[in-house]
Amino acid sequence: MSESALRAEQTHFRADQAHYVADLEETPLATTDQVDESAAPGGLWLEAWRTLRKRPLFIVSSLIILFLIVVALFPDLFASQDPRHCVLSNSLGGSTSGHPFGFDLQGCDIYSRVVHGARASVSVGVLTTSLVVLIGGAIGAVAGFFGGMLDSVLARITDIFFSIPLLLASITCMQAFPDKTVTVVALVIAAFGWPQVARIMRGSVISVRSAEYVTAATALGASRTKVLLRHVLPNAIPPVIVIATVSLGAFIALEATLSFLGIGLNPATTVSWGGDINTAQNVLRSNPSVLLYPAAALSITVLSFIMLGDAVREALDPKSRKR
Amino acid sequence: MRWYVGRRVLQMIPVFFGATLLVYALVFLLPGDPIAALSGQRQLPPGIEAQLRHQYHLDQSFIVQYLIYLKGIVTGDFGTSYSGRPVSEVMAQAFPVTIRLALLALLFEAVFGIGAGLIAGLRRGGFFDATLLVASLIVIAVPIFVIGFVVQIVFGVKLGWINPTVGPEANWSELVVPALVLGSISFAYVLRLTRDSVSENLSADWVRTATAKGLSRRKVVTTHVLRNSLIPVVTFLGADLGALMGGAIITEGIFNIPGVGHALYQAIIRGEGPTVVSIVTVLVIIYIITSLLVDLLYAVLDPRIRYV
Amino acid sequence: MTDIIASTEQAPVDPHAPLLEIIDLDVSFRAANGTETPAVRGANLTVYPGQTVAIVGESGSGKSTTAHAIINLLPGTGRVTGGQILFQGRDLTTLPAKQFEDIRGDAIGLVPQDPMSNLNPVWKIGHQVSEALRANGRAKGAEAKRQAAQLLTEAGLGDAERRLKQYPHEFSGGMRQRTLIAIGLAARPKLLIADEPTSALDVTVQRQILDHLEELTAELGTAVLLITHDLGLAAERAEHLVVMYKGQVVESGPARRILTDPHHPYTRRLVASAPSLVARRSDTAAARAEVVERAEQAADAAVVADGGATPAGGARSTGEDVLAIENLTKVYKIRGAGRNAGEFKAVDDVSFSVRRGTTTAVVGESGSGKSTLAQMVLRLQEPTEGRVLFDGADVTTFDRKAQFKFRRRVQPIFQNPYGSLDPTYSIYRTIEEPLRLHNVGDKRSREATVRDLLDRVSLPASVMRRYPNELSGGQRQRIAIARALALRPEVVVCDEAVSALDVLVQAQILDLLSELQADLGLTYLFITHDLAVVRQIADQVCVMQSGKLVEVADTDTVFESPQQEYTQALLNAIPGATLSTSVVDAGSRPAGE
Repeated sequence: MSESALRAEQTHFRADQAHYVADLEETPLATTDQVDESAAPGGLWLEAWRTLRKRPLFIVSSLIILFLIVVALFPDLFASQDPRHCVLSNSLGGSTSGHPFGFDLQGCDIYSRVVHGARASVSVGVLTTSLVVLIGGAIGAVAGFFGGMLDSVLARITDIFFSIPLLLASITCMQAFPDKTVTVVALVIAAFGWPQVARIMRGSVISVRSAEYVTAATALGASRTKVLLRHVLPNAIPPVIVIATVSLGAFIALEATLSFLGIGLNPATTVSWGGDINTAQNVLRSNPSVLLYPAAALSITVLSFIMLGDAVREALDPKSRKR
Repeated sequence: MRWYVGRRVLQMIPVFFGATLLVYALVFLLPGDPIAALSGQRQLPPGIEAQLRHQYHLDQSFIVQYLIYLKGIVTGDFGTSYSGRPVSEVMAQAFPVTIRLALLALLFEAVFGIGAGLIAGLRRGGFFDATLLVASLIVIAVPIFVIGFVVQIVFGVKLGWINPTVGPEANWSELVVPALVLGSISFAYVLRLTRDSVSENLSADWVRTATAKGLSRRKVVTTHVLRNSLIPVVTFLGADLGALMGGAIITEGIFNIPGVGHALYQAIIRGEGPTVVSIVTVLVIIYIITSLLVDLLYAVLDPRIRYV
Repeated sequence: MTDIIASTEQAPVDPHAPLLEIIDLDVSFRAANGTETPAVRGANLTVYPGQTVAIVGESGSGKSTTAHAIINLLPGTGRVTGGQILFQGRDLTTLPAKQFEDIRGDAIGLVPQDPMSNLNPVWKIGHQVSEALRANGRAKGAEAKRQAAQLLTEAGLGDAERRLKQYPHEFSGGMRQRTLIAIGLAARPKLLIADEPTSALDVTVQRQILDHLEELTAELGTAVLLITHDLGLAAERAEHLVVMYKGQVVESGPARRILTDPHHPYTRRLVASAPSLVARRSDTAAARAEVVERAEQAADAAVVADGGATPAGGARSTGEDVLAIENLTKVYKIRGAGRNAGEFKAVDDVSFSVRRGTTTAVVGESGSGKSTLAQMVLRLQEPTEGRVLFDGADVTTFDRKAQFKFRRRVQPIFQNPYGSLDPTYSIYRTIEEPLRLHNVGDKRSREATVRDLLDRVSLPASVMRRYPNELSGGQRQRIAIARALALRPEVVVCDEAVSALDVLVQAQILDLLSELQADLGLTYLFITHDLAVVRQIADQVCVMQSGKLVEVADTDTVFESPQQEYTQALLNAIPGATLSTSVVDAGSRPAGE
């Protein structure tokens, strides 16, 4: 018997450390490890969704985004005036009935241009993000999962593309294309915007691939490809979703920047917020509102995507998941 | 430690070659004839055209052109722009300005970003924290040129507190406001990063152990939370310098600053191949070097990395 | 023992008055939506100067919460909602936060649980130890450094001067734990709270550290409040035991008394299930023999019934050895920084065989190579040398097709119940996956199989549409078992399958595994570090150390007359090993469940 226990035997008996047994009524026993049938079933995604839909950040941002998508798809529902119908005599006119935002330097209706400009921004954002997720996600997943030489090579390629600032590369590339459509802009931005997603996907895949359920799947007989597609990717996706959402906003801002610099979407064929901001520069001092309306629309759009990204990040945060 | 450093340097070499090759390819392989761009609409007499082509090595293969260009970088000869000025002269004038601008922006975002982030992280959920979160979201979301214009209008035109544009001298005091604009978005990122980092480290196990030792709250925070939290922030700041220099193009445009971004933009519009390539290359090199330094700094701050 | 830094003179402690008195303590946690969940209700306990008191309980019992409440270290959402905590007569629950700084470290010290995460990775060890001295005004500057070295030596760390300049990640788990002990005792507190101080460590290291701690606190006259989930360990180290269940104290008293005469049904359950205590019982051997016999019969019947063919189409022999390991070796090349590069032999020339229908346990501490061995048997890693014979065929030579078929016959159950199930898969999909992979049956028959499997592991069928994050550790492990059985394998490799579970749940799962073995004629390869668990379930024991097979014999021989010193050391290290058999046997009389 241990020394301390011997000592305990010898010291005089302390009354408040006598044998005490709790009242059985007050301390009832439950069956060991019983299944809780009462809670509603739901896995990761359902849990995340339930958390998400209660957050004001999510509600506000998704409402704005939904509204934007509707405006982008059906601009004529919101603005009856043709955005390219510009009458010089109206130049810089203030707001009148039917033209709540007034007129710009060319005499075009600003409100109508703002409404129609949504389509360009949203399409570029969505298209670019899809491309970036596909390219970057694939490269990152392959690099992270297979490791070794393949990973080294892909990681260096990612570094190379990453080292060229996105804005500069986009500006340079845009020069090459005389016909600057939405697709062209999306391709150009995506060509240099994928490394960030690749890095995040790679990191996520690396941390997931050492999970025991991946080993378990291999032990069950699943081939490497099956393991990658069915177990690793679904679990590695959450951080990629977050970055994709935030990047969407960033790409919209980038497209506007390109248009602002005059090398983005062709202003003759496409109405875009960036382009309008560009032309509004000249009258900035006298009529700042000409610039501020499209600028505000742009800012709200980007803001809503970043807010959404924030909300999604919190909902998918593994630390707050139930264990 | 030496192994770690050596490996990182070794990894950067292919990146250097790859990036320079990519930049070169971007500018020259894309459709568009530089000579045609240079001459605009005018038709050049054939003799002159051939002479120009030869002068700019445009009649040689891509690889040869690339190697000539590489050699130029190493020897500091960046060639001549199509308008006749040596590119190195253009860069020597423009780079110091942009470097001043970027350093100011970095200082601003570091000091205010870390400071505010620290307070927000320590008082997470409080009023200060919530306000900062919203403000940082807005700053990130509003595109930089909008911020630039708003600042220019409000402070330059309406209130007259500052000069709406920067003169050719571009000394430190003139660059303060543009630097604030340039660094604004990064400032928001630094703030959020610091806040998240601090908040996470506050609930770390070792913080509880430190408290259990009997240390005062203040000591626990300064010794056990601060240094750990700053690690990701410092690495972000290091990487940001390169990004700032690349992003200066907008700010320089708005405030009329004679820096690299401005020069670059002009060169791109005019199709000035050598200038574009040289400037972007130097920016890439700066990025690679700062990236390396950041990795080293990370190893200094976090002893666990040193032996990987 | 090196000379101890004398504790500075404070007011002499009255040995007859309680040092710490917890009276009717209530602690609650506030959730994000505002609801308060009680974690501790009406807890009472007393600690006298120089005494060691142990709080025993499973996870969720409130034992750690109580300990942290004493020094006001509850996480942000927790607070004391009732009762008193009297330390030397002062009520700590009413103490303002500032004054706690004086109490912590000086009067009450803490040795926290997880040595990895409790030391700041960016500061040197020396700094973190001398910090404890500086914080409590014991020493400054160079003197603090000198004393820090002495503290480390006293805690059992050799070469203290050099250790001061190292970082936590350069230390092993045991070394870090000793550092934490040094920190906890640095300011010579009157009470030391030790929160599961050795749970994350190997058994032999555990014993060394606890012995050391006992010596140290005895010399210094420090009272110890020991938090643990291990009843055997508690009874061995403490004079007074407090048993907690779901936030309440259900029984308390002298350690011997609790073991020999447990009253409360929960305590009885604990005593009946604690492996280190159970292992001493004589009826285990008989029960084991019965299971083996039934299993062998079932295994033979299965062979006959299949006409000598396995479900996977291969030939099933009636030979005795279903698994034979021959000279298995695994060597890793370390990519290191110059000097450190080299080879590491994880498994070194291991040979043994396993009879059909029986359980072979592979026991070892961390670094023994037992997990690597399991991985090679499962064909998750390639051996450098040697072979694994499954049913007479050398699996190391299998091509992809043969390996695919092999997988149906040998299945694993892993350690971490929170990691071995894909969180994006419903329970149904998880158990169904092996059936789909191997194209067994159609959708309807697969559903029927899943239901049947869930029934076998005593889980309701409604669990099928749930997800892993909704289930407890024990429930998830049952799912893992169900998944492993889906393909009707012959051999199941349990890699620390019960190590991460609470004692009562562990007992349940072990019972389940035994039952399944008897019914289905399964053969188990049971990897574990816990020798006590081994006695309950193994027929043959392989002891591994540093990659080598130290001893292999049947269970009784290993436990009663071990041949090797290392085996004997492992046996001695089992917590509760020093309790006399009579104490253990007395408490385990079936007093009704």
